[in-house]
Parts: sequence; structure tokens; C-alpha cells
Amino acid sequence: MTTTTKHAVILGNGVAGYTTALKLRELQPTWRITMISGESTYPFSRPALMYVYLGHMRYQDTKPFEDHVWREKRIELVRDWVTGIDTERRRLTRTQGDPIDYDELLIATGSRPNKFGWPGQDLDGVQGLYSLADLKRLYDVTPRTRRAVIVGGGLIGIELAEMVHSRGIPVTLLVRERSYWSSVLPPEESVLVNRQILGAGMDLRLQTELGSIVDDGQGRVCAVITKQGERIDCDLVGLTAGVSPNVDVAKAAGIPVGRGVLVDRTLRTRVPHVWSAGDCAEIDGEPGAKSLLQQVWYTGKLQGDVVAAGMAGSPRAYDPGIWFNSAKFLNLEYQTYGRVNLKVPGESSVYWERADGLAALRVVYTESGVIGFNTMGLRIRHEVCERWIRDALPIERVLERLAEANFDPEFFTRHEAEMTRAFQAQLGAMVAT
Amino acid sequence: MNTDSTALPAYDEESGVFGEPEAPQGHGMSVGERIALAVCVLGTLAFLGAIFGDRQSLLGLGGLAAIVVGASVYFALAWRHKGSAELNDFAFFRTARNRGAIGWALGIAMTAFYVVLYWWPSYLEPAIRTLDPLSLRLAGKPANQWFLYGLVYTVAVLTFGVRMLVRHRKNRYQVVRTSSVMFFQIVFAFLIPHILEFFQQPEYYLTYFWPLKPDYLFPGSVRALIDRPGGVGMFLLLWSTLATFVATPILTYYYGKRWYCSWVCGCGGLAETAGDPFRHLSDKSTKAWKLERVVIYSVLAFIVLTTIVVWLHASGHAGWLGGTADKLSRAYGFFIGSIFSGIVGVGFYPLFGSRVWCRFGCPMAAILGIQQRLWSRFRITTNGGQCMSCGNCSTHCEMGIDVRAYAQRGENIVRASCVGCGICSSVCPRGVLKLENGPTGPDRIAGNTRVTLDV
Repeated sequence: MTTTTKHAVILGNGVAGYTTALKLRELQPTWRITMISGESTYPFSRPALMYVYLGHMRYQDTKPFEDHVWREKRIELVRDWVTGIDTERRRLTRTQGDPIDYDELLIATGSRPNKFGWPGQDLDGVQGLYSLADLKRLYDVTPRTRRAVIVGGGLIGIELAEMVHSRGIPVTLLVRERSYWSSVLPPEESVLVNRQILGAGMDLRLQTELGSIVDDGQGRVCAVITKQGERIDCDLVGLTAGVSPNVDVAKAAGIPVGRGVLVDRTLRTRVPHVWSAGDCAEIDGEPGAKSLLQQVWYTGKLQGDVVAAGMAGSPRAYDPGIWFNSAKFLNLEYQTYGRVNLKVPGESSVYWERADGLAALRVVYTESGVIGFNTMGLRIRHEVCERWIRDALPIERVLERLAEANFDPEFFTRHEAEMTRAFQAQLGAMVAT
Repeated sequence: MNTDSTALPAYDEESGVFGEPEAPQGHGMSVGERIALAVCVLGTLAFLGAIFGDRQSLLGLGGLAAIVVGASVYFALAWRHKGSAELNDFAFFRTARNRGAIGWALGIAMTAFYVVLYWWPSYLEPAIRTLDPLSLRLAGKPANQWFLYGLVYTVAVLTFGVRMLVRHRKNRYQVVRTSSVMFFQIVFAFLIPHILEFFQQPEYYLTYFWPLKPDYLFPGSVRALIDRPGGVGMFLLLWSTLATFVATPILTYYYGKRWYCSWVCGCGGLAETAGDPFRHLSDKSTKAWKLERVVIYSVLAFIVLTTIVVWLHASGHAGWLGGTADKLSRAYGFFIGSIFSGIVGVGFYPLFGSRVWCRFGCPMAAILGIQQRLWSRFRITTNGGQCMSCGNCSTHCEMGIDVRAYAQRGENIVRASCVGCGICSSVCPRGVLKLENGPTGPDRIAGNTRVTLDV
């Protein structure tokens, strides 16, 4: 630990940014720490945006920490957009105030909704759902929206559909794949999501791609035309076909960029004293392996932790650990641990689904042991799944111990007996063939 | 940074109304819902008719029954199609549920009801007389203001209990727990006390204990029970004493304070049913938590002191106390029993949420809480690193616990104030929280190996 006082500047106040700030404060009590964002004064939980629109929470309820925390931790919050980085002089320019000099800089600028060059993609009423500005735009367009078209079958698409639907607005979802989120979900789970969408009374168009977005003559969207040539009148188009790293500022500063801001495994960019983490960072893989672009909440947190250590003088390699994630598709909760549907050599899986189609469990394994879990409508324990995957527990042992992983609330119906019967039948059938 | 945002945004996310729609378009009311509400209105009219007409007729009771049935059917119809994701849609946009005009009106009306009930019951006389037919059959004597209060209270728990049951029909913890508070309210806090009266026994509430019901262990009541001929008095005394000193610590050790606060207690029962629409209005700030600790333990100290003093006084060896014992117990009854638990506790539901009394005032909750924090198997477990800090858990915690603060650092939640209602777990969109009873080792609180922020 060094005793000289430095100024660390964090560009972006998302989870990677604020984790870095708070961790760095623990490690370097005397440093000056500044966090800059034009989006919001205080950090908020980006995944919670939808709940503000739904009326489940107010904006201030989405803040992970009370406002006074930032004062107490002496983390200076600057509300501004950064316009340029001079990596030689270590200086940031911004739109409103004087330039800011840094000793260490973190670029944690997140990502932005993909736009694939669709005609009309920049019309009024066409938007993604990523930032507070997107939320504001959505508020503004909602009162005049008679139908919304959501493009893209992923996690944000279904959230946006749920939001708009809550206001009684008819929703059409255009999904390129044969089934919802089938690039990630195995077919059976994906069908359960399709059913949620259809059950809510939404119009789900599978294997349908956006062709163009139609201008009403005044710069507003009035319809979309699918690649099949069908016209769907609408006043709101949600572009939710994934996100891409927001690298503009880094790129303009001459910081090497690939898909994201290129960083080594300690999350250092190719330029001295500049780091990058979160959605916008592209991390060198193990030698010979693909680079990593991890764009979920917990990876932002883990990476912020690594950057803080690095800035403070004890760099550490980022260890992504065993993958996990979760989501909620309308009323259907989803959890995943490890590797599922990734075509790992020698992989098989056993799958159980409750008769009502509102709960399911998949266990993925190879000859050497279990590698992944998927649940729908069930909750299972992160630590148990992680341990079993790390130890490559043989599938037979997993089936014996399924009850240990259960995380459903008390009094919920337990399904282990039924699951085990189904799984053993599937395993037996596999042995027989 | 967005390149298209060279200027600062044209919104103020810190303004209280950021995101509040001017007039939220709801899904309209169905015919069934309209009919059910109409039955409610007719019931109210019938009750009013009875009050101003022939009070002894059964019209008034029929009206009450119509209110219960109409409201229950309305809630059932309104919520039957809603899934877990939709339960809190628009919660902050409703003027009744976000301290808007209707919220304030409700708060003032409920507060006024308590004020009249405590200090000017004569204004309620017409309504009370309307209940005589029921009171005579149940308790064998004409109704009084407390009979009216008990009935209204039970009706509220019942109808809003149905609302909870329908809302949470897919969540068996909520179904069982809500059924429990409804059962204890109807049977133990309404029927049994009045049936005891019918048989010339004291109106005794078997689910209220010292120090929530302090006079149950005051010398006056103890002596009255001992002196009562027949075994009932001794049974009640034994029940009350064992419940306070034996059953409560044992049950709290095994299940946390929830066995009482959100499963049995009448105050909890009302909060969990009629109070549910307002649960998100509790204050989650650290400041509120600090205030909570000062106030609730002061009330506990107050009642413990009062109890000691009244016993000293009754022992006859403390003449120097003079009238202190009497003054103390009167002061407690006035400030805590009436003003705090009634007026503030329930009247302010629509302003400060449903658990103001339980959180800031109840001395029973204070004792159970101390035990829960230090010596209990109960905890809310956080599921590894799945928390994404959305804040649904904290927002909908009626006790104002910042659940997210623990969940986002992967720590289990062991807080004195948690009543174990389980709503945090049910509103969590990522399956992070689980109420559990487990070993009391150090890992009861300690979390896991995820990134933790020392805040």
C-alpha cells in the first residue's frame, strides 16, 4: 500500500464503477476518489428500472446505498458527461465543468442497445431500455402509445413487454429465433417462456425479423415492417436485440478497443493508468481462449473489486468463477448455474417439468460430473450448485442429494421425489440405448 | 457516456414524482367486481339504515355481513388473474397507497375513529346499539364500544385476509400464515373472549400476553383471577404466565418472533391484512432505524418499570411510592396503550405503513426481537451472489428493514425487528431470499464469499 495520495477517477456510476469506488476507499483511505456520470447523481440499480415504471418502487428506492454513504466515504459525485480523455496529460474534459486530472482512471461506461442499421431506427418513439433517459423517453411516449412492438427475444425484451403491457397497451414481440431466448435456453425451457408470453395475452411472433421502421412524416414511428413484409402499426418500438459495449470515449482517446475496451486479466487497458470494467470491458482470455465480454450485474461487481485492488497497487487477475444468472419472465422465475446449452463435448442433461408447466429443473453433466443447472419456477441454492459443479459431482450423486439444493420458501411443495424418478428414468433410457 | 447526450438530461430523477404517470390507465373493472362493490355499498347503506332506524333489527348485522361478503368477493375477483409479477403494479401510483389525497383522507378517518372510540364513545352509541342482537347472543350482554371495535377489527382482518389469500394463492407460506392470523383473530381474539363472557367468565384474550397486554400480569388482575371461584381463573392465570415466561422464549428460539408477530398476534394480524396495501410506506432510512431502537426500548423500559412498581406497591412494603404506581400505569395506558398502539399504530397506516406500532412501540416485539437477534434459529438466508440490488425487498418490508443492504453483500438477515412475514422473499425477482430456521452457529449471520462492500 502506498502512502502518496492519488486521485482516482471513475467514469460511470453503474455497479462496476461504484464497487470500484467503495472498494478503493477501503484500500486507500486517503485517496481522492471521484465518480462521474451524466445519467444520474447517485448510483442506482439498473436492473430495477422496470420496477419504477411498473410502480413497484420509486426511483429513490432503486439506490443500493443511501445518499449519505457517498459523503461519508468521501466519494465525490460529479454529474456530467465526459467528452474526452487525454491519456498523456491524464486529464478528462467534460461538458459542464473544468477538466479533471486523474492519477488512475476507470472506464466503466457500460453498454448501449444494439441498432443494426434498420431504416428508421433513430425515429422518435424508437428506443431501448438501458438508461434513465430511456425510462424517461418511455414515460413520455406511453400516453400516446396504442401498440408497442418489441424487437429481440432476450431478457430486456420481455421486461419492456411486461412494462408496457401493465399499462394496458397491446404488445407485439418480434423474435428472430424459433423460440424465445433459444440462443441461451434449451428448447423445453424456452417453450415455457413462450407460454408465459402468450398466456399474458401478448402477440409473440417467432422467426420474425424487423425489416424497417416507418416514419409518420413528422419524425415519429407509426409502424414497423417485418422482413416478411407485414406492416404492424405502432407508436413505440423497443429495440432490445442485445447490447454492445459503450466504447466511444475510450476509442476517441486512442485506447485500444475490440468489441469492448481491451483489458488484460487485471483489467488494465493497453494505456497506463487506465482501467476498464463492467459491460464495456473486453477481457483477454486464457492463452488461446476467446476474450471475455461479461455483461451481467455480478460480473460488474467482481470486476470492480479487481480494479480497486489493481489501482491500489496490488493487481489481481480477474477470476470469473462459475457462471450464474437469474431472471424473471413475467411470472416465471429462472436461475442458472454453470454451463447449460453450451454444447460442451460429451454433455447430456436430464430434465423434469411439473405437469402445469410452471416449474422445471435441468441438470447438465458430462462423464466427469455435473456442469450446470437450469431452473424455471424453482429456487435452488447458489452455493450448493457451485460446489457440486466445482467438485464435478457425478450425476448420480447429484440426484441423491437434490433436496440440499432446494431454496423454495417454506411450505412449498417439494418435488425431489418426482424429479429423481423422472431423472432416473431418463438416465436408464440413456444407458439402455 | 452516450455520445448523443452532450447536454445534461432533461429529467430530474431526484424529484419525487419522477416516473409517476399523470393518470395511470388501469385495466377497467369487470362486471363481477362492480356487482361485488355494489353489494358492499348496499351493506353499508343497510348498516346505516339500521343505525338510524330500528337498531334492534337484524338489518344492521345483515349489512355488515354484506360488506364482508362483497369486499371479499371483490378482492377475489380483482386479484384472481394476477400473477406474482403483477402484485405491486401501480402501488406507488395509487393516491390511496402513496400518501395521496385518498391516503390522507383514510389516515384522518381512521385516526378520528380511534379518537372517538377512546374518548367520545357516546357518538358511536347508535352503531353500538345496532350490534346488541349479536352481542346478546354471543356474550350474553348488550354491546359496548369495545364489542363494536372488536367486530370491526375482525371484519377487517377477515376481508383483507381474503385479499391476501387470493393475491398470494401460489405462495403457500403466505396462505398458511394468513389463514393463521385470520383464525387467531376470529377464534381467540373475538369468539372466545365473548363466549367466556357468556358463561360469566372474564373477557380474556388468550393470545395477548404481558407486556403487550401488561395488566394481565398486574397484581389487580392476578388477584381477581386467583379469587375467582371455579378453575377458570387459575387456568387463565397459568396460561398467561406460562405463555409469557415459557412458551414465548421456546417458540422464539425455534421459529423467531414470527411465530407470534405475523402468525398469532392481533396487531400483526391487522397489519398483515388491512395494512398490507400500505406496507411499502415504512421508512427504510438508517435514521428511522436509530429512532426505532431508541423508542421501542424506551417503551419496554417503561412497562418493565411500571410492572415492578405496581407489584412493589401491591406488596404493601413500599408506602413511599405513594400514588406513583397508579400514575405510572395510567400514563402507560394513555400514552402507549391508547395513543401509540391505536391512534398512531393503526390510524397512521396510510401514512407511515402498517407496522408503526410493532416497529417503534410494542414492548412484546422488543423482547422477542432481542431474543431473535441473539438467541434464535431464525434467519433470512441470502442466495449466494444472485442479488442485483433492485430493492424490491427493502421497499416492501413493512418493518422498514433495508433487506437489500444485507442481500447485496451476501449476508443473511438477522434483525431484531423482522416479523418474518416473508414478503421480501416473495417480491424478490431473482429468488434470493428464504426464511429459514437453522443452526445457531456463526454462519447464521455470516454470508458467503462474494464481493462484500464495507458500507
